[in-house]
Amino acid sequence: MTDASENTGPMLAADGTPLKQSLARSLRRQKLRALMLVAPLLLFVMFSFIVPIASMLFRSVENSIVQETLPLTVEALQNWDESSGELPDEAVYDAFVRDMVVAVDNKTHTRLGSRLNYEETGMSSMFRRSGRKMGKLDPETDGPFKDQVIEIHDGWGEPKTWAVIKTHSPAVTNGYFLNAVDMRRTPEGAQAQPEDKQILIKLFGRTLFMSLVITASCILLAYPVSYLLATLPMRVSNLLMILVLLPFWTSLLVRTSAWKVMLQQQGVINETLVWLGLVADDARLVIINNQFGTIIAMTHILLPFMILPMYSVMQTIPESYTRAAKSMGATNWTTFWRIYFPQSIPGIGAGSILVFILAIGYYITPEIVGGTKGVFISNRIAYHISSSLNWGLAAALGTILLAVVLLLYWVYDKIVGIDNVKLG
Amino acid sequence: MTETKNDAAFVEFQRVQKSYDGENLVVKDLNLAMPKGEFLTMLGPSGSGKTTCLMMLAGFETATHGEILLDGRPINNIPPHKRGIGMVFQNYALFPHMTVAENLSFPLEVRKLGKSEREAKVQRALDMVQMGAFGGRRPAQLSGGQQQRIALARALVFEPELVLMDEPLGALDKQLREHMQFEITRLAHELGITTVYVTHDQTEALTMSDRVAVFDDGRIQQLAPPDQLYEEPENSFVAQFIGENNTLEGTVKSIDGDACLIALDDGSEIDAVPINVSQPGERTKVSIRPERVEFNKDRLHADAHTLKATVKEFIYMGDVFRFRMSVAGNDEFIVKTRNAPDAVRLKPGQEIEIGWLAKDCRALDA
Repeated sequence: MTDASENTGPMLAADGTPLKQSLARSLRRQKLRALMLVAPLLLFVMFSFIVPIASMLFRSVENSIVQETLPLTVEALQNWDESSGELPDEAVYDAFVRDMVVAVDNKTHTRLGSRLNYEETGMSSMFRRSGRKMGKLDPETDGPFKDQVIEIHDGWGEPKTWAVIKTHSPAVTNGYFLNAVDMRRTPEGAQAQPEDKQILIKLFGRTLFMSLVITASCILLAYPVSYLLATLPMRVSNLLMILVLLPFWTSLLVRTSAWKVMLQQQGVINETLVWLGLVADDARLVIINNQFGTIIAMTHILLPFMILPMYSVMQTIPESYTRAAKSMGATNWTTFWRIYFPQSIPGIGAGSILVFILAIGYYITPEIVGGTKGVFISNRIAYHISSSLNWGLAAALGTILLAVVLLLYWVYDKIVGIDNVKLG
Repeated sequence: MTETKNDAAFVEFQRVQKSYDGENLVVKDLNLAMPKGEFLTMLGPSGSGKTTCLMMLAGFETATHGEILLDGRPINNIPPHKRGIGMVFQNYALFPHMTVAENLSFPLEVRKLGKSEREAKVQRALDMVQMGAFGGRRPAQLSGGQQQRIALARALVFEPELVLMDEPLGALDKQLREHMQFEITRLAHELGITTVYVTHDQTEALTMSDRVAVFDDGRIQQLAPPDQLYEEPENSFVAQFIGENNTLEGTVKSIDGDACLIALDDGSEIDAVPINVSQPGERTKVSIRPERVEFNKDRLHADAHTLKATVKEFIYMGDVFRFRMSVAGNDEFIVKTRNAPDAVRLKPGQEIEIGWLAKDCRALDA
């Protein structure tokens, strides 16, 4: 024991440097080594996961296309009052022609058309059709343009068209998010979509509901199996475990397709029921291409994710607990319900959160067996990514989905407690 | 062991056998009768079948053959929860999701006792093990010794007539273990409970029990009170297993009633009590306790046979001296003497004569 304890200053190492400093120096090498080891994975995750996700999230609010394609028009529209019900003045039309000439030159006017078409159907064809004729105008000599432009396409003679352009001109927009919750951005502020276009909220609700049903059926099916796995002798339980894991080694697509074969109207189940005479030939069960089909197939596919955490928790419950309960006079049921079940809850919790989060973002299985009634929000996202090319909306939907999952996770933590979740 | 038919027996095993795989018997022909209020310990090395016997009594294992009687009634077909037997487990088995009071209340709840009655009994049981203030704690917040007390209280709270304990003190440190040994025997006698206690710790068995059943190889090797077990082992296994023991091998030379002469393998002769030998020429293992060996000639009979011994090692243990000697070809012969004022400290290499009273030396099976 040297003077270090008597000093009021920082602890010093043997050579007089502060102890913290020399500790940091001696650990630096270790830290550097650890960093080098994780660096490849870190970089990989960074560029293949975090950056794309961040950029997708950014797309849900990004809206610079209007400003970039029609910079002069957007500026000129600032002076126009869209609530007046009158057409903008000549200045706007003049700016519009100047913008369009450049846009047609760069062939960007069609992209703008598609973008505005998400907000107002018909805008895409308006821009495409007007593009060729307006590109031929000379902004310096051919003015005034108001009548000429309306002549080219009478859509330009409607205040609504200009209102749409003005409403969606800011570089950052909440329009996609409004769309994602069945609303839209209008000159009068956020408003509900027309009835026939309100599908996304319903789809979110259905996704949540079906994920809950799938999670519940997984719990019901997995609990007895996990119990068996945890209590049977090692040799038998290993064999059972292989049966549980077997689906893991089979392609997801194969398993889903197998369900298609099983469930369709001419499929194995219906044929068998008809053959047994339980179902009339002309009243075959509709158990695919609807919610029922999705629930069955996804329960099957996600079952191992429920069994494994349950099993690993149940395995740690010593037999002496149930024995103790029985020696105290508890019946088998009381022993199970009062002693065994409460201790297996962390396993149920872990399995549920795993299955639920996997289910809520599932895409392939609902796509194949879900028909139109059994699809999830993820299928809608995929549609907007690959078919309608409305990436902004897709990104907004994805962001909402992510937020919902995080919110549920938080609620779950409040109710069950994440500390109570054990994966093994 | 002969089959003992005891009408007063509270717990009785009749020709009980147990096999798990249909090939090997874990318990071979077990016969045991316990009167009410007895504290009986099943002692034996691991795999000797003692825990299996306990589990059969509790109802968690079924006897492959034979009958187990509780208070005169066969219980083979009664499920564990209807046997009314209290049990203390090796790892305590306190329910982690319940408080101490809830743990104790559990056996009373399943017996459908009223709330106030339950609370009174729980408090009484907690006070009994001096844990009255700990009812609201969780088992994980208690030390090993405290958990042990709670487990004990839980096994007693519903006032069973029979309590089984499966190595309950195995996880405690030495000091706590000794304290709990005392505590458990005190409670068992105060409450007049019949207790079956399983352990592999012979000190525990000797200090706590009314009788000890020494198990080996699926059989009871000897069933006797502790002093008898230590001083009069009936076979070599018991002699070796209980306490420290010296063994000398030889052949019976002559038998005369309850005395015999043994010719050791190096030619020397000693007196012994014939226990498991019946005729001259039989091989035998002679057993003698280290503290009964004498090297002060004045304390031996004049005609006692003595043996030459060479001191190999002197170990000072405080209250006793321990000498390792070479006797009749056995280099591990141990002699203990009390650290009395006149005690002699022999030095390694010293050659002495040792002897003992014939009654302390038992000729057992080879």
